[in-house]
Amino acid sequence: MHMADALLSPAVGTTLWVGTVAVGGYASKKLKERIDDRMIPLMGVLGAFIFAAQMINITIPGTGSSGHLGGGMILAIILGPHAAFLVMASVLTVQALFFADGGLLALGCNIWNLGFYPCFLVYPLIYKPLIGDSHNSGRIIAVSLLSAIAALQLGAFSVVMETLLSGKSELPFGAFVLLMQPIHLAIGVIEGFVTAGVINYVLSARPELLESIAASRSHGAEISLRKVMITFVVLAVITGGALSWFASTHPDGLEWSIEKVTGKGELQEAEHGIARVLKGIQKKTAFLPGYNFKPEGNDPKKAETAPARPGIEVGTSVSGIVGAVIVLGMIVLIGVGIRSFRGRDA
Amino acid sequence: MSHHIVEFKNVFFRYPDGTEALKGVNFRITHGESVGVVGANGAGKSTLLQHMNGYLMPTSGTVTIGDLTLTGKTKREFRKKVGIVFQNPDDQLFMPTVFDDVAFGPLNLGMDEASVRERVRKALGMVNSLDLQDKPPHHLSSGQKSAVAIASVMAMEPDILAMDEPAANLDPRSRRSLISLLKTFKHSKIIASHDLDLILDVCERCIVIGGGAVVADGPSAEILSNKAFLEENNLELPLSFQGRS
Amino acid sequence: MTFDTLYFDIGRMDRLSYRETFVHRLDPRAKVIATILFLFTVISFPKYEIVALAPFFLYPVLLLTVGEIPVRFIIKKMIVVSPFAVFIGIFNPILDTRTAAVIFGVSLSAGWISFLSILLKFALTISAALLLIATTSFPGVCHALRRLGFPALFVSQLLFLYRYLFVLMEEAMRIVRAREMRSFGSRGTGMKVFVRLIGILFLRTMDRAERIYYAMLSRGFHGDIPSLKRSRIAFRDLAFMAITIAFLAVFRFLPITEGIGRVA
Ligand SMILES: Nc1ncnc2c1ncn2[C@@H]1O[C@H](COP(=O)(O)OP(=O)(O)O)[C@@H](O)[C@H]1O
Ligand SMILES: [Mg+2]
Repeated sequence: MHMADALLSPAVGTTLWVGTVAVGGYASKKLKERIDDRMIPLMGVLGAFIFAAQMINITIPGTGSSGHLGGGMILAIILGPHAAFLVMASVLTVQALFFADGGLLALGCNIWNLGFYPCFLVYPLIYKPLIGDSHNSGRIIAVSLLSAIAALQLGAFSVVMETLLSGKSELPFGAFVLLMQPIHLAIGVIEGFVTAGVINYVLSARPELLESIAASRSHGAEISLRKVMITFVVLAVITGGALSWFASTHPDGLEWSIEKVTGKGELQEAEHGIARVLKGIQKKTAFLPGYNFKPEGNDPKKAETAPARPGIEVGTSVSGIVGAVIVLGMIVLIGVGIRSFRGRDA
Repeated sequence: MSHHIVEFKNVFFRYPDGTEALKGVNFRITHGESVGVVGANGAGKSTLLQHMNGYLMPTSGTVTIGDLTLTGKTKREFRKKVGIVFQNPDDQLFMPTVFDDVAFGPLNLGMDEASVRERVRKALGMVNSLDLQDKPPHHLSSGQKSAVAIASVMAMEPDILAMDEPAANLDPRSRRSLISLLKTFKHSKIIASHDLDLILDVCERCIVIGGGAVVADGPSAEILSNKAFLEENNLELPLSFQGRS
Repeated sequence: MTFDTLYFDIGRMDRLSYRETFVHRLDPRAKVIATILFLFTVISFPKYEIVALAPFFLYPVLLLTVGEIPVRFIIKKMIVVSPFAVFIGIFNPILDTRTAAVIFGVSLSAGWISFLSILLKFALTISAALLLIATTSFPGVCHALRRLGFPALFVSQLLFLYRYLFVLMEEAMRIVRAREMRSFGSRGTGMKVFVRLIGILFLRTMDRAERIYYAMLSRGFHGDIPSLKRSRIAFRDLAFMAITIAFLAVFRFLPITEGIGRVA
């Protein structure tokens, strides 16, 4: 599932972009050090392959709905982590541009969620150690399943975090997690089967192919476990630092809304059973304890107690609405004007 | 002009999977000649052409151009002398716009910007495609693609032009204009095709390949009118002869 | 969406981007930077802002009209990608029911306002992204990225991706058509068939990559993808940037819309 611009705050969007650009720069540098000439066209064409393959739908057994290939895992297995990350970034860039899938600011998040985890965490920490040099098809299926599920769970959890940290959505953490993780379990299972299926198919049809790519992909530039761990810790510290800096300078970027949701007993209990149950979990999993999930200074809750000044705090007033309508009307007029002017031109 | 003489001497080639694609090929092409290489599917035409600039290296035997013998070291020299136009223009036009594609070769030769632009203009002009230069290849018709593919090779100003099935994906009209275009080139040309009418039109000489070896070599008009011989090699009389016989 | 719609859709977008209008002729770098600034400005508005977002529609409307991009096409594409934002946003009115404003006697809850804000931001950001590519050819965007400091390697393979996108989509479409013709009922869409289709597509892709590499070698390739700089920042690009920045700054920081409403 793709993160969307409209749900993002500038702080979160920027942080993820910085992380993505840093990893992308690192991957390019690593690749460039010892790249085989044939890798550049190969990467590009494989990107186009992932894109085309994503357009072929599969009917998910028993559900009637359809899914498609994501591609992160399969690329990491074929091309190795560095090249795979760049290709995945390219595929998502093309999607963001041509289909506006997610949007351009959220692209940083999406590359991170769908590229970083499969390439730089799951591949070196799960896939590689478990698969070894084995070509056993059963093992490939099992390990691919595990890898794809892990990658997608991490990605889905990131979407939750990015949305919550941005503070544009009212969804409480627990309910959001319960929404996202199971869906992505199903997606991960499909992804795992398809990944394993394609790898096994290629291994049986043209066994030499994957080896020849492995030979030409930056000779021996596999990443070591230690390096991955260290890098990850460093990135986590930087990310955390950046986030808390933003949080302290731009409080509204992190305005949490859990309290006001759960704090009010009146709120349709029947409808929000899950949310209420999960409230407990939330409090226990206080993952950013400093923020306490408390609404910040410009708390719109005040509007409730002071209906005499309707909605000044939330920036909406009658004159505001009137102004907005007038402005939009003018913009439409301008648009229509230019259109008809052009029309006469032609 | 001895440096434009292409010579295959007893060339054998075996693919890694064991397929014997060439089994002792011998021929010699002199400067300015226009030669058709014909043969049924799988006869070894493409394999032969790929020896002309060192994608494939003879398992035994030698390929020479002038006094240069094809080896791992001379590959790059060979590639400057021989321009190959591949069968599928989509594989040949790999850059995002026509201009970039035609400029790719000259830029790799290390030419400066002005000369590159001049080369591109000249090459595109040669195939009447100057107006296409800002288009991406996927917006072109197949006839336009094949013209631009030729231009992208011509921009390298090779001594010898080699083409693999140049008319395979073309509609009749594009095929006609390709033929008249090829006739205007004064280069040495080697054209592999099973389109015998095209060969008859463009090439005065014709080499017939069968089972990985040369089975006939002579004037096109003579060889391509020999019905019995052609049928023996799984080929058919060119249409232009069929009416008369 | 089905394969065919996606395919024609992306093809149409691509063709729009090669038009010749004032907007299309602007330097890609100027458009990329303007788009990024626009996106940042829009999402920097707080959660409950709706009124101040209104003037920002001028930007996509101008690009649409001056760039001669069909409105309906862009709107259709926006609707197609809307589910995630709508799905997440719709929880706001459900969970946040405090009355925030009474507009002409109708009381509006804070949740509806923040949901509306998400929708407006969605419309603005998505249309800006779509209009960037509708008015700038993809190679133009890539060259802009290169000259804004993205690694050459990344940009080169991105250009290859673009070049072969259409070729491989056609190839995939042929494979899918063949599956449809040979399969009756559901047998043709199961996991096994699906995996085989992708496997075949993969093998063909690998063979193609090999042929492309040969074609590159035959034209002197030795590791670098050379390219001539073509665009130069012209006066009109600077003017476009300046006006965009001024517009964004004015409407971001001054409550003009509300002022208009008061006067009216
Ligand atoms: N990459 C390859 N690996 C193995 N065999 C091949 C390969 N390419 C071609 N061949 C075989 O070599 C023979 C000659 O093929 P080719 O030169 O492509 O013929 P033509 O171009 O005349 O149709 C055929 O038997 C073909 O199957
Ligand atoms: Mg052939």
